[in-house]
Amino acid sequence: MQRIGVFVCWCGSNIASTVDVKKVAEVLKAEPGVVISENYQYMCSENGQALIRNAIKEHSLTGIVVCSCSPRMHEATFRRTAESAGLNPYMVEIANIREQCSWIHKDMEEATEKAIILGRSAIAKLKLNAPLTSGESAVVKRALVIGGGIAGIQSALDIAEAGFEVDIVETSPTIGGNMAKLDKTFPTLDCAACILTPKMVDCAQNEKIDILTYSEVESVKGFVGNFKVQIRKKARFVDEKKCTGCGECMQKCPSKKGLNDFNMGLNTRPAIYIPFAQAIPNVAVIDPEQCLKLKNGKCGLCAMKCNVNAIDYTQKDEIIEREYGAIVVATGYKPISLENFNEYGYSQYKDVVTSLELERLMNAAGPSEGHLVRPSDHKEPKVITFIQCVGSRDTSGCGKPYCSKICCMYTAKHAMLIREKYPDTEVHVFYIDVRTPGKNYDEFFRRAVEQYGVDYVKGMVGKVYEENGKLMVQGADLINNEQVVIPSDLVVLAAAIEPSPTVRKIATMVTASIDTNNFLTEAHAKLRPVESPTAGIFLSGVCQGPKDIPETVSQASACAAKVIGLLAKDKLKCNASVAHSDETLCSGCSVCANVCPYGAITYVDKEFRLGGGKTELRRVASVNPAVCQGCGACTVTCPSGAMDLKGFTTGQIMAEVDAICKR
Amino acid sequence: MQKLNELALEKAKTLLANGTVARVLGWKKGELGYDLEPAVFYSESDLEGFIYNAFSGANLSKYLIEESKKEGKVLVFLKPCDSYSFNQLVKEHRIVKENVYTVGIECQGKLDVKKLKEKGIEIVDGVIENVDDVTVISLGKEYNFVKEEVLLGKCSVCEKHLLSYDEVISLHDKRTPKLDRFEIVKKLEAMTADERYAFWKGELSKCIRCNACRNVCPACNCLKCVFDNDASGIASKANSDSFEEKLFHIIRAFHVAGRCTDCGECSRVCPQAIPLHLLNRKFISDINRLYGEFQAGEDDVTKGPLTAYTTGDAEPSEVFGGNK
Repeated sequence: MQRIGVFVCWCGSNIASTVDVKKVAEVLKAEPGVVISENYQYMCSENGQALIRNAIKEHSLTGIVVCSCSPRMHEATFRRTAESAGLNPYMVEIANIREQCSWIHKDMEEATEKAIILGRSAIAKLKLNAPLTSGESAVVKRALVIGGGIAGIQSALDIAEAGFEVDIVETSPTIGGNMAKLDKTFPTLDCAACILTPKMVDCAQNEKIDILTYSEVESVKGFVGNFKVQIRKKARFVDEKKCTGCGECMQKCPSKKGLNDFNMGLNTRPAIYIPFAQAIPNVAVIDPEQCLKLKNGKCGLCAMKCNVNAIDYTQKDEIIEREYGAIVVATGYKPISLENFNEYGYSQYKDVVTSLELERLMNAAGPSEGHLVRPSDHKEPKVITFIQCVGSRDTSGCGKPYCSKICCMYTAKHAMLIREKYPDTEVHVFYIDVRTPGKNYDEFFRRAVEQYGVDYVKGMVGKVYEENGKLMVQGADLINNEQVVIPSDLVVLAAAIEPSPTVRKIATMVTASIDTNNFLTEAHAKLRPVESPTAGIFLSGVCQGPKDIPETVSQASACAAKVIGLLAKDKLKCNASVAHSDETLCSGCSVCANVCPYGAITYVDKEFRLGGGKTELRRVASVNPAVCQGCGACTVTCPSGAMDLKGFTTGQIMAEVDAICKR
Repeated sequence: MQKLNELALEKAKTLLANGTVARVLGWKKGELGYDLEPAVFYSESDLEGFIYNAFSGANLSKYLIEESKKEGKVLVFLKPCDSYSFNQLVKEHRIVKENVYTVGIECQGKLDVKKLKEKGIEIVDGVIENVDDVTVISLGKEYNFVKEEVLLGKCSVCEKHLLSYDEVISLHDKRTPKLDRFEIVKKLEAMTADERYAFWKGELSKCIRCNACRNVCPACNCLKCVFDNDASGIASKANSDSFEEKLFHIIRAFHVAGRCTDCGECSRVCPQAIPLHLLNRKFISDINRLYGEFQAGEDDVTKGPLTAYTTGDAEPSEVFGGNK
């Protein structure tokens, strides 16, 4: 005989303002099996929980239904409550009458009726619940960081600092990411390389950190605490252990016409190259598309010149397999392609550049060695016009609907640096709004305007065209309510940023969710911002949303703290809701094993009695409960209905549906 | 074509005699000339009842689930379409492949008894088959037909080839189908939802729930069918209307989706002549469209598109349009 308790929460006014909670409690009390039904202002509060605990003891309850918020919010809370009163935690069901009822309905009568139905459905399910116990699984004490930009570097350093081993997997031949390309950083204007490269060196020297550059994550299997990852180490045709980074090979390489990615394609580099002077590892790499030896077998000059015999034209991609307890995604960003913005003439005019290209043009290690010249004729520009929000806050469909967040500040930085170094240069900035919240940020922007005399024009640019050797920037000045045309020598576009294109593939591999803009979704927008909804997957840097360096570093450290919290545990409590196979129905077809993402299902030949003294050897599925994560893929795939998920059995789901449909 | 029967019989006798196989799974003469039935033959004398002709439509592969478990090898004759079901069942670990000796046998299409009856032929005394035409002897008279007129629906669109066999008996090249099997699916798809509902309601209302389709279907091989399982909670459930019961066929079509080889047995055995295979064929056409051409049973290892995930899988929005 079941003795069920129902507890209806008001959630302050969150539920009670749209749902008649007293009526819900009263109606549900009449359901068969229900012995007590209460309502309370905050069921999750200590008093609310005490009410539940006392009721469990006083009425010898066999199970409880809490009508409250989403189970994602407080299921764990109420399970603990039940457990402390001596009830199996899996004899608790949550009816979500907040997110799925009070918050989305306006009419009290309708919402109350729906809340009652949701309560009935939870009661129907609870009646089929069985007490469950969870097992334990070990934690691999090693973390994987995908992406070697400032986010990945910071997360890795912090995790290593706590004593855990970390691998950084980076697709390009060096770590450093976008930050390594920057000239100065706001709001303090210290040089990016000066503050980044020590961190890169720290990574290289830390014995807990293994840096795998020119490598990609190939596949991810397993689950929190026990991920099995395959990493493809691409052939760089140079032995990393032998190469000293002397650069002799770069001098001798005859194929020098490759576009230099590090300088945003503003100059060229040889087929064998080290991306930049402070690259980590300081090891050359050969571009197989460009290398004459690899393309047609004729050359081999670099191998001849290399004193340490590091060049190996026969090197092949290598697949490395490693195990990790936690994975940090730090895949970063790239500026959007400007093909949808022909009005600014980016593809037409050499002297229309993006802000990231300007960083390289102003950088002492850039193509013009820090001397700001225009790409077309290498002359100093006298009038420079910046256009902000190129593709940001764009709801037309050409760009991105979101604010890229960093552009206002770096444009102010660029304008200020130019006025400082080349005081006779005129600088104009077209903007929609200037957004500079943050410590010392607005002061920084005001300095650009007030101290450095940068001309800010509120308005959008209609088009950029060439006339008499000048780039004519035609736009609206909304404050003076007039059309303006500014003849400029250089036009700089603050292109929107978007998540790195690799993120979709990574998200699929680690089963992390992404939003409509391809940013990774956090477990909770406010309260769990560095965790993905998938256990064991953490988010660091711009892959989660646009942010600047200080914010990225804070998030990277927060992410590391979460990883450390996980790796510090010796055992993780397994999910008790695991699949199991009904051997009398299983025909051994293997379909469940094919779809299981965790490799939890194996097959065994088992003897079954047929009656009449006869037996039969039959192949049946067997689930390893320590590995099963309870995703349920097997239960819906099983053609025979032999697979079922404890706590979410087909019978329970059907009982819920029946209870909802019943009039 | 009569030669095929002799060759098959001879093969069965030889392999039984030399001990290669312990029994033979083939077709046995029925009480009437057209009602051949699957049978197991254990000896040369048993084999007197063996026959392979234009009425040997039955797909023998499903019987191997039980036959291949027994002691000793079983010889089975597989027509091209049967060999797909055979592969599919091997893939699902339902047939012990090592216990089966497979002989592929030429098939130029099998006759539809219902079509012959429509042409007034009630009794069959004999059949003389050629590649493109067939002569049926009924009450001493000979009736000659162009194949297309009297073939089973599945045979007139058959593009299948023998896939898996230890030996093969074949004398002629396979005839090429004149029709595309998806033409009829396209016709159904072109209907409005109301028209299509009316069509299926009309067809499925003829169903008498004899379960012949389920019993014959090689993909319907659960140890215990959900419809026979009291514990499933769906047995003895009151219907909300008279048509609900007929949704059995829709449920079954979902059940075999991705595993159905389009062998057409469901329609062949239906005593009410319901074109059940069209449900399955619609699924096959959708699977092809969503995941690329896929033929269940083409081999015994490839994972089916509905039971495997690849990052290259199409998003429904990409196939059917709409926002990403």
